[in-house]
Amino acid sequence: MAQAKKAARERRLTLLIATRKGLWQLHTDAARRTWRVAGPQFLGHIVHHCIADPRDSKTILAAARTGHLGPTIFRSQDRGRTWHEAKLPPAFREGSGRVVDHTFWLTAGHASQPGSWYAGTSPQGLFRSEDGGATWHSVDGFNEHPQRKAWCGGDKDGTPDGPKLHSILVDPRNAAHMYIGMSSGGVFESTDAGAHWRPLNRGLRADFLPDPDAEYGHDPHCVRLHPALPDRLYQQNHTGIYRLDRPGEQWHDLGATMPKSVGSIGFPVVLHPRDPDTLWVFPMDGSSVWPRVSPGGKPAVYRSVNGGKSWQRQATGLPKTQAWFTVKRQAMTADAATPTGVYFATTSGEVWASRDEGRSWKCIAAHLPHIYSVEAA
Amino acid sequence: MLIPTPLRSYTADAAVVAADGATLAGILADLDRRYPGLRFRVIDEQGDIRRHIKFFINGAQAANLEPALHDADEVMIVCALSGG
Repeated sequence: MAQAKKAARERRLTLLIATRKGLWQLHTDAARRTWRVAGPQFLGHIVHHCIADPRDSKTILAAARTGHLGPTIFRSQDRGRTWHEAKLPPAFREGSGRVVDHTFWLTAGHASQPGSWYAGTSPQGLFRSEDGGATWHSVDGFNEHPQRKAWCGGDKDGTPDGPKLHSILVDPRNAAHMYIGMSSGGVFESTDAGAHWRPLNRGLRADFLPDPDAEYGHDPHCVRLHPALPDRLYQQNHTGIYRLDRPGEQWHDLGATMPKSVGSIGFPVVLHPRDPDTLWVFPMDGSSVWPRVSPGGKPAVYRSVNGGKSWQRQATGLPKTQAWFTVKRQAMTADAATPTGVYFATTSGEVWASRDEGRSWKCIAAHLPHIYSVEAA
Repeated sequence: MLIPTPLRSYTADAAVVAADGATLAGILADLDRRYPGLRFRVIDEQGDIRRHIKFFINGAQAANLEPALHDADEVMIVCALSGG
């Protein structure tokens, strides 16, 4: 009986909140009505990403560093109760002249390969672990690619906090088929488990480049692949919202139907776990000097239920004015429940939840540090 | 060796530990054998001292990992704690 109760408790949803000052967890009840904040863990560490392994019910990885110490990965095999540091964290080849500043993105490997993980770093690097995150090895097909520097620019270029490799997507039908996103760089595809890569950016606008239709050099902020329809990809880009249906090669702009006063700029894009036509974005002000806050100080989530043909504003429960939220690319997610819960978190330390697919929102945590990511576990 | 607070999670909170080696590089290798993972937090994959880390040998700052060491030399690791 005690074991059954323990198992039931462990199945309840937890949100993993990675912040600039450590890791917190939010635990809820079966109805997702009340939330309890637990933590911090790794207080003082910059935790860029923390995710649970969807292939088991116990493993969690966290990518961390401090302001002065080098980057590392922490691993838990008991849902975050105890942690062990990676024996060999992601690091570029000695002699390459490149140095990992921080691991920015973590993705569990294919379901057929338990213990496999991928990590994306800043500056842009791709790493793989085959032992549950204990040791990490360079994916040389990308890191040593002769075109890598042309694709990505220099290690000091790119976004204010360093150029990043993110959005590591593994096709659930084929472990060797992968996508990555890079700012700066664009979207790239591999069909041989990372041995070779090619740009996949046709249709994306890069209006910040001399050639807006360049083959690479684009700035995807977040790319998602639908688990139930893996040929469907969505992207929140520096220049708008896009969709790609494979085997097509052309991204299609979905941002034109967003209200002009809001625009189509943002960091995250979140997909419904079962319906490939439903997605959420969190628009931000990308005008002039890019304030990167909610347009007009009026935060709102926008949802499409028809693959991006039209959008509905979802702001019930959110502040109506003078709320200047910034939501980073990993700081918005959905759970697998019915109806789907949607969550976002702000750089001002608030976590907001909707348990009705975005129709209404409630603040479930506040006063946390600057939040980088929120993931359901 | 004098260990700063950010690294004491590796040394079971010990502020002073012993390490053997003929050079600063040598004692860091020994330190990593005793406390796995510590070296990579202060030395990057190209063998360079990380940006906010400094080493002092008997009070004098080391520019790199090459200086020779002798019995009873005191090595201090300093983390530049700054920013918010």
